[in-house]
Amino acid sequence: MFPPIEDIYRLAPELVACLFGMLIMVVDPFLPRERKDISANLGLLGALASMAAIVLMARHPGAGMYGLLVVDKFSIFLHMIIFGAAALVILAADEYLKQEGILQGEFYALVLFATCGMGIMAGAAELMTAFVGLEISSISSYILACYRRAVLKSHESAMKYFLLGSFATAFFLYGVAMVYGATGTTFLAGIAASAGGAAGNQVLMKLGFAMLFVGMAFKIATAPFQIWTPDVYEGAPTPVTALLASGPKAAAFAVLLRIVFTAFGDAGGTWFWIVWGSAALTMIVGNFAAVVQSNVKRMLAYSSIAHAGYMLVAVAAAGAAAETDSAAGIAAVLFYLAAYALMKLGAFIVVSHLGGRGEQRLALDDFAGLSTRQPVTAACLMLYLLSLLGLPLTAGFLGKLYIFKAALDARLIWLVVIMAITSVVGAFYYLRVIWVMYFREAHEELTTAPVAPGVAAVMVVTAAGILVLFFFPGAVMNFAMQGAMALR
Amino acid sequence: MAREGYLLSVVTFLPLLGSLGLLALRGDDHVWLRRLALATAVANFVLSLLMLRGFDAGTAGYQLEEFYRWILWPPVNYHLGVDGLSLWLVILTTLLTPIAMLASWESIQKRVKEFFIMLLVLETGMIGVFLALDLILFFVFWEVMLVPMYFLIGIWGHERRIYAAIKFVLYTMTGSILMLVAIIWLYGVSVTGMPGGTFDLPALQLLLTTGQIRLAHTTELLLFGAFFLAFAIKVPLFPLHTWLPDAHVEAPTAGSVILAGVLLKMGTYGLLRFCLPLFPAAAKQMAPYVATLAIIGIVYGALVSMVQPDLKKLIAYSSVSHLGFVVLGIFSFHPVAIQGAIYQMLNHGISTGALFLIAGMLYDRRHTHVIKEFGGLATPMPAFTAFFLFVCLSSLGLPMLNGFVGEFLILLGTYQVNKLWATWAALGVIFSAVYLLWAYQRVVFGEVTVEKNRALPDCSARERLILWPLCVMILWMGVGSPLFLSRTETTSHRVIEQMKRPQTPQLARGEPQKKAGAACCAPTARIATQTVQNEAGPK
Repeated sequence: MFPPIEDIYRLAPELVACLFGMLIMVVDPFLPRERKDISANLGLLGALASMAAIVLMARHPGAGMYGLLVVDKFSIFLHMIIFGAAALVILAADEYLKQEGILQGEFYALVLFATCGMGIMAGAAELMTAFVGLEISSISSYILACYRRAVLKSHESAMKYFLLGSFATAFFLYGVAMVYGATGTTFLAGIAASAGGAAGNQVLMKLGFAMLFVGMAFKIATAPFQIWTPDVYEGAPTPVTALLASGPKAAAFAVLLRIVFTAFGDAGGTWFWIVWGSAALTMIVGNFAAVVQSNVKRMLAYSSIAHAGYMLVAVAAAGAAAETDSAAGIAAVLFYLAAYALMKLGAFIVVSHLGGRGEQRLALDDFAGLSTRQPVTAACLMLYLLSLLGLPLTAGFLGKLYIFKAALDARLIWLVVIMAITSVVGAFYYLRVIWVMYFREAHEELTTAPVAPGVAAVMVVTAAGILVLFFFPGAVMNFAMQGAMALR
Repeated sequence: MAREGYLLSVVTFLPLLGSLGLLALRGDDHVWLRRLALATAVANFVLSLLMLRGFDAGTAGYQLEEFYRWILWPPVNYHLGVDGLSLWLVILTTLLTPIAMLASWESIQKRVKEFFIMLLVLETGMIGVFLALDLILFFVFWEVMLVPMYFLIGIWGHERRIYAAIKFVLYTMTGSILMLVAIIWLYGVSVTGMPGGTFDLPALQLLLTTGQIRLAHTTELLLFGAFFLAFAIKVPLFPLHTWLPDAHVEAPTAGSVILAGVLLKMGTYGLLRFCLPLFPAAAKQMAPYVATLAIIGIVYGALVSMVQPDLKKLIAYSSVSHLGFVVLGIFSFHPVAIQGAIYQMLNHGISTGALFLIAGMLYDRRHTHVIKEFGGLATPMPAFTAFFLFVCLSSLGLPMLNGFVGEFLILLGTYQVNKLWATWAALGVIFSAVYLLWAYQRVVFGEVTVEKNRALPDCSARERLILWPLCVMILWMGVGSPLFLSRTETTSHRVIEQMKRPQTPQLARGEPQKKAGAACCAPTARIATQTVQNEAGPK
């Protein structure tokens, strides 16, 4: 039976991404080596076309595909983050792939497939659908992590990611099975309806939730499931790292939020302390571990762990707040995800550009005197770092403000205090990079390639986005609020 | 809008505009970079004087207000306004910025463009802090200021500049992030008294003074603590002062002048603007402890100053002592003492700014701050000697000069509240005479002990141009204090007024009662909201 045409529209972004991915796979083998840029252009076109398809999707709100997927403001918001991130990564990857001599069409196809999986996760209204999305995105990411075939580190990264990722998905699947055992359904709405049922099932439900949480915590990289992150982020090609840090994190947060608030909304006590503890631990581990890093890429990996912790604070806040207030916490997560994707993508792409051939120049010392060598690049990186730090005039500040507000409204004083203190720890390692860029003189031998147009475009978009989100947050925050409302 | 129009916004953002202009200039065109930067700063000074014309000394509230909506949820507004407290501090800022620029006219040769851009951005941040009437807007300016100061110390500072820069930022950030938490908490409380809540300072103040929102005692203590910590670090109050000597000594002259002249005032400004009016009960409860710390700071700062071998460090520690006076004046809750505290903030900005300029001039000539390296400078540098003496006398509080007025008012007010505090604080006045005159004597009098000093040039025309306005101000503020005090008088009385809370003991503490209180005065709340909007909104 063929689904009705509206359902096709509801799945439009994913379908477009898949189609372009397959098109690239077909076309690429026939392209001569020097014309591989056609695949790159097709990839970019695919990402942009799927972004355009979000409009089509947005015009058909409601549940689709027999209730497996749902199109609501929440899903639309996340689609924009995920597909936007993919477009930016594709835009910037060109320079990197050429310089490493690994320019091949599959890269773009894999990015599109991964994005497609993340899109499904964002819209999943049923656990198995979420699982399918998770697998599509994960398997593509494993391959992408290993894309620098000649480099041992890249293999290590992919292997670790693959093994631990498989464990995590297995946990997720166990969780699905247990929840199914307890409630007899895998639809989130159905779980919510039968959650208050027989008392004997409560243990199974709690265990199920814990397993689901572990699965998602792995993808989000929250402590104690963050061990893989630094190695994988460091070993993967930097544009892929940029994608890993933004897209899957947003998608996994989407699944987590949907599970927590749509399916387990009534069983508040079950999950609240798990999230609370994980948030506190994540912020502490991420920030303190980042302090001792001397490799900038690795430092950014730890910082993305810390940021996952901040977002979990907002999740906990949404859970602790009364029924009516939880939207504020969810909206804070959404806003932060958008801001975070911009700053992290920007930072990783700039680092990818500066790393040079073979990613040889990622040590802190290699950034010395960047402000005189490439003033604009240095200024952009400074903006990203200040935004990650949460200083005003950047999106990161408002993101933190919203999280603080949500958490204080929910009276999570201790979590707020931990977040405040660890943020100051963050100042130490972010400022150190700025210090090296601006205060230290460059070595003689350090030269940096001129900025490629794709990288420049990414820098412009992300930097502008960070500033716009600070000065005019109204529209985005409104959208995030509506998205948050959609979850309840 | 009122007839005053956009003056405050213009004064705040003109330096930023100027820094954008600098960006357009070529980096190696040092002459025009300096000229454009100076022209912007001078123009801003003139513009800031226009505030005096529109300012009515008899009105207690904020004047020349500007109000625009910025973020709808949570409601953050762009709200600027000036009162007797901020008026002179803004003018002090706009006066010291061009002077700091002139002081670095020749000593800054590396990255000239960035230096002046940073100074101008810093000026925007500082003026914004003094004028912002929305808590979030205030916080934004407060944090934005950190970045240029970090660079000023870190790039153009002396040997241990990196250490000093990072220490400065980490200290300040620790305080300010807790303040942000407190700001949001306060907003959460305001929701109970006003639909949608507010970050607007006048609106919050009105809600608190009319009793529409109440802070439980512990809450108030915690909030007070968070705000107080941020400001006390900035002041800096003993024992949080350890960043100050490092930052001062390592910063370039312009950085020290701005740091001592304006940045330290932000701490005391914050205490007067936020800590006292918003959390009076906590402030009163903590006053004995704060006053004790302030007195320790006065005496300790003075004693440590006495033994410093380094002139710049001596001046830095003297700031700890002088700012202790200001804090003591504020926490005596006496209108006269608060008047004195405001006056002393201005005095310290001018006198200590001038002292750092003088230390900078010595450094330009000899590349050292060590007092032992000098001696007998009266012979080669007579004009310099005269300026130095004048500034020292101002700083130690000689009658007829500005320092006396501030210290006298503080002691007068404090004495009426607590005789013991005033007695101890008076020790500081004596000590300050000791360390300043002793240092002066070692630098200026006696024989020329180091041969190099025999041929030192006297003050150049540029250096005289820097020091003259400050010396005129020192004398003017010493003999013509009514001109300044008449404009701060209503404000200092209003601070005391704002600390009053309606007496309804049965609702004084506890959460459930608070809710009951909010419910029973719901109609009043609506009326009050309108009043708030009338007060806060565009006039």
